[in-house]
Amino acid sequence: MEAGVVLKMKGICMEFPGVKALEDVDFTLKKGEIRALMGENGAGKSTLIKCLTGVNKFQKGEIFLDGQQIVNKDTMDAQNKGISTVYQEVNLCPNLSVAENLYIGREPLTKIGTVNRKEMNKRAATLMKELDLDVDVTRNLEEYSLALQQMIAIARAVDMDSKVLILDEPTSSLDDNEVEKLFIMMRNLKAKGVAIIFVTHFLEQVYAVCDGITVLRNGTLVGEYEIADLPRVKLVAAMMGKDFDDLAAIKPENTGDKRKEPMVIEAKGISHAGTIKPFNLEIHKGEVIGLTGLLGSGRSELARAIYGADRAQTGTLKVKGKEVKIKQPIDAMKLGMGLLPDDRKAEGIIGDLSIRENIILAIQAKAGIMKRIPMAKQIEITDKYIDLLQIKCASRETLIKQLSGGNQQKVILARWLATNPDFLILDEPTRGIDIGTKTEIQKLVRQLADEGKSLIFISSEIEEMLRTCNRMAVLRDGAKVGEIDECDMNQMNVMKAIAGGDKNE
Amino acid sequence: MSSLKKLTQKRLFLPIFSMILVMLINVIYDIACGNMPLQFFVITIKNGVLYGRLIDVLNRGSEIAILAIGMTLVVSSSAGTDISVGSVMSLYAGVCCMILAGYGNVNVSSYAHPLLVGILGGLAVTTICGLFNGLLVAYLNIQPMVATLILWSAGRAIGLLLCNSQIVYVRVPSFQKLGAYTGIIPTPIIVAAICIAIAACVLKFTALGTYIQSVGINKKASRIAGFNSAKIILLTYIICGLCAGLAGMVATSRIYSADTNNIGLNMEMDAILSVALGGNSLGGGKFNLAGSIIGAYTIQAITTTLYALGVSSAQAPVFKAIVVILIVVIQAEPFKAYMKKLTAKRTQAKEAA
Repeated sequence: MEAGVVLKMKGICMEFPGVKALEDVDFTLKKGEIRALMGENGAGKSTLIKCLTGVNKFQKGEIFLDGQQIVNKDTMDAQNKGISTVYQEVNLCPNLSVAENLYIGREPLTKIGTVNRKEMNKRAATLMKELDLDVDVTRNLEEYSLALQQMIAIARAVDMDSKVLILDEPTSSLDDNEVEKLFIMMRNLKAKGVAIIFVTHFLEQVYAVCDGITVLRNGTLVGEYEIADLPRVKLVAAMMGKDFDDLAAIKPENTGDKRKEPMVIEAKGISHAGTIKPFNLEIHKGEVIGLTGLLGSGRSELARAIYGADRAQTGTLKVKGKEVKIKQPIDAMKLGMGLLPDDRKAEGIIGDLSIRENIILAIQAKAGIMKRIPMAKQIEITDKYIDLLQIKCASRETLIKQLSGGNQQKVILARWLATNPDFLILDEPTRGIDIGTKTEIQKLVRQLADEGKSLIFISSEIEEMLRTCNRMAVLRDGAKVGEIDECDMNQMNVMKAIAGGDKNE
Repeated sequence: MSSLKKLTQKRLFLPIFSMILVMLINVIYDIACGNMPLQFFVITIKNGVLYGRLIDVLNRGSEIAILAIGMTLVVSSSAGTDISVGSVMSLYAGVCCMILAGYGNVNVSSYAHPLLVGILGGLAVTTICGLFNGLLVAYLNIQPMVATLILWSAGRAIGLLLCNSQIVYVRVPSFQKLGAYTGIIPTPIIVAAICIAIAACVLKFTALGTYIQSVGINKKASRIAGFNSAKIILLTYIICGLCAGLAGMVATSRIYSADTNNIGLNMEMDAILSVALGGNSLGGGKFNLAGSIIGAYTIQAITTTLYALGVSSAQAPVFKAIVVILIVVIQAEPFKAYMKKLTAKRTQAKEAA
């Protein structure tokens, strides 16, 4: 055994029915090292992590922890051996308190064997304080934002004295401040000798915090590198297996003023109590409006109020000049709208249904319960979009929950494209998606706009918004506080607008 | 080997396998008793009507099969069970017989109102029961078992009230017909077959199945995709109420009386069990109606077999429980995985040798 190696995985093979997810993959992790696990969607990152934590039973291969071969029966078993995980999507119980979530399965007990809540809450509060999180540990987890929930999940893992900490896309729902906090946390842990596996899609973050990179592609190992040996361009090339033209512009420098085009959406004084204060918004034909702001600033909520996902309580909405009432999503759909929600797992996919059923869902809803779409038509539509969006799957009858995150997102996107919408809201369409697919989606957004469709594009990455949007609306604390025209759109201006100042009030 | 493997992976394999298992027990018993080995399957004509154990299973299983249709949809859409169906069946009996006999009469040999009025009145009431359950579950977000607990206890009592706490007999041949014979075939079999056929057609030619499953798997996502989740859940409970009414119709006509204390007693459990035996998850989502129907008749086959074996009706539940445990264990995922491991080991050992 080499010195300092805490974890070694050798020759891991994992096969799902019809798909080889991993083939002969090795993985090495040293003590006190932060190692990035990189790869495109479906490259096998999540599968490898699940093999390590005992969620997946792999067919071949060995795992050594501190030089000893181990077999993890389940995540609990892995945790007891010192391997803890924070997954891409928060896997805690929303209806339990923060403290209960932190100590679930290892609650401090009283002398008579009941749960010692006082002690549990005290310990939880101390832990939160150590990590600089402003959280009331006795309140239910669901009362906190997705970002905070993620931080709590990490806190839970950190608190378990782990030798190996796995962070699977932990930053995908965090804003820059929170990411920085997380990095501080990671560096602290590293100093204490904890080895960290960091799965992410953000290249900057890899170079900001990692010591080494392991790259997977199509379920095989491309290589294990030190950070200094693998500059960005080479990393991208390794991940994609080809040279990379991502940074090429996908939008012409100036798209022309779309405000002369006919108005598609005109919102006046729309609001939803507790989430978004009254706002006005005009969207023209062929225009891409970016909504920017910190997490929880109301950017998703603004879009949801227009779509009727959260019913608007005040204000008027005009669609193509006609005043309309939207009580629920189906009303908006009938007016030619679509919404790709940010929480893919909770509001996007219907996990136990096939790709085909997931794609035809929205057109079926529009057609109504009595008009079943004929099977031949369903197959035709499905195959068209699998081909068009290059959805990687065993067959069109594969269950959507078996796909990787990026491919799931493509299926939801196909669901809306199939309805041929005039106005499409994309809420974080590229979250947790690899860089190749990201570019594809951005290109698609531009293409849709060129076809005369109007879009709302919401993203945490300013970079990506600058590349796709015609105009941006800025939100802060649940209110729309300003707009930025195309000619003024640059990183600096957007950051300033988000941060706020006299000029924008 | 590979074709066998394919067969075992079919969705309906296990429900059918369970059914065959029950039939096999019959065959073994018959052989042990020195009867004709395939007596279970023998169908003869006695007194001008079909006769035999198989016919008996199909006949007596009609109510459970009809209930299983509604229960399958309810389980799928709301991840919960409607435990009021047995009670609602008895409520149908109360309403129907009260209308037909006229309030306060206990034993009549002619109708006070036309037969159709009685049947439609009863079905209307049970459909309203379904509506009531559905409103509680879909719009007030009350857990299905708690919501349906109300009618579970009240339904039977209301029926009893309508009948003045007495057993109302309607001794009119046209009323008995639904529980007796049409030509040589028992009418309940025909009623069940029609219900199943209608349900199958609706699922095949409308998008109801997709709606229900989608809502059952992910309510929030279904709403965003344009389904009115609450309405769909409400609809399944209404259908379930209607099915309970139809099952009640058969049960009442069978004994041409409103014996509200006994009609549909504990039948909700049989209905839920058929859904489970059919390989459907009680956690909602995907469903398989054919599986539930086979499950329903399997349960009846178990009951009938036990009576044929001479087990007294008081002891029957014990044996029924044993058979159910066997069938459920065979279908359980961990058990399947364990068996797979075992066979894999055996083939390995064979190869080594």
